[in-house]
Amino acid sequence: MASNTLVSRRGSTARKSARRGNEGAADRSRQRTLISPAQLGRRRGKVFYWVVFALVMVLFTVVFLGPLYWMVTGGLKTTQEVVQSPPTAFPSSIHTENYKQAWTVMDLSRLLFNTLYYAFGALAFQLIFDVAAAYSLSKLRPVFGKVILGMMLATLMIPATVLVVPQYLTVLDVPVFQRNLVNSPWAIWLPSVTNAFNIFLLKRFFDSIPGELLDAAAMDGASPLRTLRSIVLPISRPILGVVSIFAVVGVWKDFLWPMLTLPDPNKQTLNVGIYSLASGVPENVLIAALTIASIPTLLIFLIFQRNIMSGLTAGGLKG
Amino acid sequence: MSAPTLSPRKATRPRPGHSGPARRDSAREEFLRAVRRNISAHGFLIGAVLCFSLFSWYPMVREFILAFQKNEDGKTTWAGWSNLTYVFNDPAFWQAWRNTLLFTVLALLLGFLVPFVIAVVLNEFRHGQGYLRLLVYLPVMLPPVASVLLFKYFYDPGYGLFNRILAIFHLPEQQWLQDTTTSMLSVVIAATWMNMGGATLIYLAALQGIPGELYEAAELDGAGLLRKIWHVTIPQTRLILSLLLLMQIIATMQVFTEPFLLTNGAGPEGSTTTVVYLIYQYAFNFNNYGSAAALGLVLLVVLAGFSAVYVRLSRSSED
Repeated sequence: MASNTLVSRRGSTARKSARRGNEGAADRSRQRTLISPAQLGRRRGKVFYWVVFALVMVLFTVVFLGPLYWMVTGGLKTTQEVVQSPPTAFPSSIHTENYKQAWTVMDLSRLLFNTLYYAFGALAFQLIFDVAAAYSLSKLRPVFGKVILGMMLATLMIPATVLVVPQYLTVLDVPVFQRNLVNSPWAIWLPSVTNAFNIFLLKRFFDSIPGELLDAAAMDGASPLRTLRSIVLPISRPILGVVSIFAVVGVWKDFLWPMLTLPDPNKQTLNVGIYSLASGVPENVLIAALTIASIPTLLIFLIFQRNIMSGLTAGGLKG
Repeated sequence: MSAPTLSPRKATRPRPGHSGPARRDSAREEFLRAVRRNISAHGFLIGAVLCFSLFSWYPMVREFILAFQKNEDGKTTWAGWSNLTYVFNDPAFWQAWRNTLLFTVLALLLGFLVPFVIAVVLNEFRHGQGYLRLLVYLPVMLPPVASVLLFKYFYDPGYGLFNRILAIFHLPEQQWLQDTTTSMLSVVIAATWMNMGGATLIYLAALQGIPGELYEAAELDGAGLLRKIWHVTIPQTRLILSLLLLMQIIATMQVFTEPFLLTNGAGPEGSTTTVVYLIYQYAFNFNNYGSAAALGLVLLVVLAGFSAVYVRLSRSSED
């Protein structure tokens, strides 16, 4: 069943050898797909394959890369050229000063710094609290551990948007602590920890680490913290990478929550800041700003694409 | 909800065969060890549990309480069912649901079918798969503000690219976002472009798990291309198809960011007002948290059915 392959794929990230085996299986099946090799081997099949292939290559490049090309070059055009009809494919003259203007007028350095600050803070909190929780639930098995895990997973069943209003009211006046977190980075960092899917993913990974390894460490007198640091974490690097990337990208892409909790223009994220300034700047400067705002996540993607793709299939079926 | 208290189960069952004081000693030792183990285990859990308590579990309870409360002049009173009756009698309620259902149906037609077709085609390619996968996932990494404002330019009736493309094929120009008949479709097209990368890659992973012999067997039985898809590809990926279908229904019924950014939420004559946008309006424009929570409960009830089916299916996939 397809489901089994998906499940085994999930588990296989645990061990390199297993993964290699799985990739091997994928390679073998890749040789035999919908269309038979014999059919493709014939002259007509070959022609057909290359025609379709070329069409798809061109179509995809236009559809998915085209808008990005338009964005980068749109930022180089003059204001008149951006809004002229018909639009031009190449800028008739290059105006890099739009990018400089976007940087200063929209205060992009501040927005960029804010977003980085929130994203990496959220990453730190998620790595510390979610990894610790998953480790505890998987290996230390405390009393009520199953109940706590169940309650965490239950949050996946509640549509996220339903909770926005009560969460916002909570941030306005955090119970017990009596704090107002509006305009404070904690309003982004702490709720980001409540990612039951991360905990589930990490716990599954930790479950696959053989218990004997930890028992041996305990026999040598290592404390649970020491075991986590020197045995569990080094083995878990792939899954930690996946969780980290998704934590950073998650904050980078979020819109509604930062818009509600960070109304101060000096504390806004890129998404919210650009949105609220959008109507006040010339089109070409705005487009330049969009390009600058897109660069960080695109860079993350190009560098870590392998991890992102594997994490996607590992965590694809999220609830 | 409060964090669970420490009460180690009486796991220290006396061992048979031991006698007298020795037995009591080891029992006490074991008990102490269990206590110590639980203290450290719960220590690892505390950060995540605290965050979940404040920002997930407590807001969940609060959502229910809010729906039955009224808040006037800073005074909170019991409202009974009046929030719910208010919401149901609001003409915007029915319009928002109609719009949301329209969005969901259109988004499924595009966002569910297109990725599957793309995945089936890509899976046949022996070249360039990495590049094509990269392209499809690229938009997912863009900050939503960038992709949305880009599409706003493409949709512009005057200088937008889309009307240019229509003109090439001698089709009539459209008003896109400014017309009640095309506004929702325009939002769906943009949302699909932004989000379909994830589904495509998950399908692709599922397709690569199909054993090639099945296709060979189907060919021996004289099956053509379409019959192979119908009798092998679809049954083999049925579980993932249905899981993603449910996931997309749940996600698309909560759509907010795309219509909010593209059409300021409401669109021409409220034609893109979605349920979540109405919740947002109640809460943050009218300061009517009770009605927002009541509408949230209605959405929760509608989505609970889909969530329940999803959980059952994904459980069965783990066996």
